[in-house]
Amino acid sequence: MFSVLTDNWPLFRDGFWLTIRLFVVSGVLSLVLGTILGAFRVSPVPALRGVGTGYVNVLRNTPLTLVFAFLFFGAAKMHLSLPNPYWTAVGALTIYTSAFICEVVRSGVNTISPGQSEAARAVGMSFFQVLTIVVLPQAFRAIIPPLMSVLIALLKNTTIAAGFSVAEAGAIPAAMSERGENQLLTLMWITIGFLILIVPLIFLQRWAERRTAVA
Amino acid sequence: MSDSGTLTKTGLVDLSGVNKHFGELHVLKDINLSIAKGEVVVVIGPSGSGKSTLCRAINRLEPIDTGEIRLDGEPLPSEGKSLARLRADVGMVFQSFNLFAHKTILQNVTLGPLKVRKTDPKQAEKRALELLERVGVANQASKYPAQLSGGQQQRVAIARALAMDPKVILFDEPTSALDPEMIQEVLEVMIDLAKQGMTMVVVTHEMGFARTAANRVVFMADGEIVEQADPETFFTNPTSRRAQDFLGKILKH
Repeated sequence: MFSVLTDNWPLFRDGFWLTIRLFVVSGVLSLVLGTILGAFRVSPVPALRGVGTGYVNVLRNTPLTLVFAFLFFGAAKMHLSLPNPYWTAVGALTIYTSAFICEVVRSGVNTISPGQSEAARAVGMSFFQVLTIVVLPQAFRAIIPPLMSVLIALLKNTTIAAGFSVAEAGAIPAAMSERGENQLLTLMWITIGFLILIVPLIFLQRWAERRTAVA
Repeated sequence: MSDSGTLTKTGLVDLSGVNKHFGELHVLKDINLSIAKGEVVVVIGPSGSGKSTLCRAINRLEPIDTGEIRLDGEPLPSEGKSLARLRADVGMVFQSFNLFAHKTILQNVTLGPLKVRKTDPKQAEKRALELLERVGVANQASKYPAQLSGGQQQRVAIARALAMDPKVILFDEPTSALDPEMIQEVLEVMIDLAKQGMTMVVVTHEMGFARTAANRVVFMADGEIVEQADPETFFTNPTSRRAQDFLGKILKH
């Protein structure tokens, strides 16, 4: 049972290392892009709200595999040169996940009483200041659990990259099958690998919830 | 028409021909009001008369449909940086306090000066503590708003408004959300401010405050200014029927 893992250790190690890189890089980029889009959706400017709404409606309703296919094959058809597969995969994961993060941010903003932003506007803060100093720090508390769900979904979604020549953990079964290894045990070890990756996220969530708890 | 020569008034706050609708409802009907520097204007009237909307229109928390509002001679800009700059000069005290829930009492008072006025942090803190002392809550400076009573929170909100050195402070029913025993402590702070010459627009149901501190009482009903007079004249000898009805209902006991 252990030999399946130990005999193929470099394969597992490199696969999961790539999964972690995909997850962390596209996670950070999604948080940034998603928060910006969320700000668009609550902004006083109708054009920005339109951009945010349009983005969410298109990206949230497109299967992730299609987003990958558009970037990997569609872009080539349009003679756009994309960077290496790793960065193209990061791009696909980011534009997809940021649509979900945008909605999480927006729902969090909606939990904050309008009186908070009115008070901030009344002291003369700009829209950007109202959002970053008063609204988002308070909204963050409400969005931690749904945000973590989106991030866990992202972690699992990274396995789609295997279908597009990115050798992350999702590509391990195919390689193992070529080596004639036991498929069931392979899948079991991959599952354990993902569970191990998710544990820190759960602790991160607990920590963040405790930190932001109201005194 | 951009030349304001014909419209020149001497008021610190000038509203001319202000109209506002909420859908079908005409909440402000052709409002003309001029508030002089150092004047304390109390706006009273039955609920739904548009008095809160009037108060909130002055710093454009409620945009108006037509008409013009001028602050210190400057027309109120519609959005963006210039509006924010103008708002910094207008203090606002809300019915539900609206202290920043994630900031301490001290931070609530220093936030505006630090972020909007870019005041030196040491100086902002010193001034905030003075103001908290003045409204009697300096000993709560390190607590969070939720740990304070309503009366204390509202006094902090007044300190927060004062920290910006505003030209005028708007009070939107500042005591309506308070337990009865806490109303007086807030009114005392407000009376004190009035005595020191602060320009104030106060929407309230506290007739005692109107009598003691107001220079002028503005009575509103159905979105219109029906009557305005000094408090003595207004309370003893209201001329309009609607003001007589209103006073009859609230001053009976």
